[in-house]
Amino acid sequence: MAPVSRGFRGRRRQGVDASRVPPGQYVVDDFPVLSAGPTPQTGLDDWTFTIGGSLDEERTWSWEQFVALPGETFTVDIHCVTKWSKLGTIWTGVSVDRLLEDVDTAAEFVSAFCDGGYTTNLPLEDVTDGQAWIAYAFDGEPLEAEHGGPARLLVPHLYLWKSAKWVRGLTLLDHDEPGFWETLGYHNRGDPWNEERYWSD
Amino acid sequence: MTLPRVPLVWRVGTVVAVRPEAARAKTIVVEVPDWPGHLAGQHVDVRLTAEDGYQAERSYSIASAPEDESLALTVERIDDGEVSLYLCDELRAGDELELRGPIGGYFTWQVADGGPLLLLAGGSGVVPLAAMLRHRTARGSRVDTRLLLSAGSWDDLLYRDELGRLGRDGVAVHYTLTRGAPPHWSGWSRRVDAEMLREVGPGPRTQPRVFVCGPTPLVEHVANLLVGLGHDPRLVKTERFGPTGG
Repeated sequence: MAPVSRGFRGRRRQGVDASRVPPGQYVVDDFPVLSAGPTPQTGLDDWTFTIGGSLDEERTWSWEQFVALPGETFTVDIHCVTKWSKLGTIWTGVSVDRLLEDVDTAAEFVSAFCDGGYTTNLPLEDVTDGQAWIAYAFDGEPLEAEHGGPARLLVPHLYLWKSAKWVRGLTLLDHDEPGFWETLGYHNRGDPWNEERYWSD
Repeated sequence: MTLPRVPLVWRVGTVVAVRPEAARAKTIVVEVPDWPGHLAGQHVDVRLTAEDGYQAERSYSIASAPEDESLALTVERIDDGEVSLYLCDELRAGDELELRGPIGGYFTWQVADGGPLLLLAGGSGVVPLAAMLRHRTARGSRVDTRLLLSAGSWDDLLYRDELGRLGRDGVAVHYTLTRGAPPHWSGWSRRVDAEMLREVGPGPRTQPRVFVCGPTPLVEHVANLLVGLGHDPRLVKTERFGPTGG
């Protein structure tokens, strides 16, 4: 039982649907930026997206090919482990289901890899079935570099560090391979509704 | 670097002091039972609970060195904040404070990691860097260390007196005041730019370990300048926060 903080009343935000805010989170209107290093600058001419690893045949798309794939615009709530949540964000991108459509694999995990060397791991079942996208537009505009542009993974039902910025591909794996933050003390799965922030949660 | 694998459980600490640190910041010193220790650069989560059970959580950088007796946090007062207003205006010695940590295993430095060390901060972004400097001093390290701190005004500078004394330990301390400098100010009074970074040094060829912390626009700007100057992006570690730090 948490002790009462003497004199703390809190400043509850009005007009926010509390059922959309996971435990320990608070709602923001701006879009904070968190990254562990400098923002990579990759030109679209050099950008590719690759599905590799444990599958029948590696797939690679150029930027032009990628944005020509059938895209979706979707509205989701996002939750950062640093406590902020942003409700009703609008993104455009290609669903991971679409990218895996013709792929023959027995893999059960994926590792997302990115410009700048960042990686994050996910069970395949967390990125399929309409739960994950490679997003290249935010609010109808090309995704800004500081928010992960040209494209980022978006897995809104998990904490946002799983939604790897500057993503360049997914490696299909038959075993789990903890990524950058997952080896630095953060939770392996990161479900905000179970407040899975740190490894011991 | 080995990370202590201590479960991150909520602990109830006792506030032993709350003291003003600058115009809009306070340092909170807490005794935490069974505190597992930390690395310079790490942070803690603080949780406040109202009488009706409502809770608010935020993260704050640890200001104290791992060698210090008590844990110290420095909190910037954000006018429309929730937790920072309570911590700066209401909290006092003797109060209980619930926290857990240490958190974050990347934006850290220990003497054994070596140098040179280049520390760049905007505003209260200096807090985790102060922990690194205090750790360096506590261990008697002489590693080549440069600090550039950008702040609005002279009164906003955190740890001014303490940083002023670091010169004798071989730390080169530079300030730039972007919203008005006092009379006879001999430091910089402009936004951080490439020329300033060249002057602060050390150059990319010495492969310094670089830590940049502050508001997002400053961190983005400074990190881009560093990469432009030839610093290896893998040696540039960043920690960003915005006015939503609350």
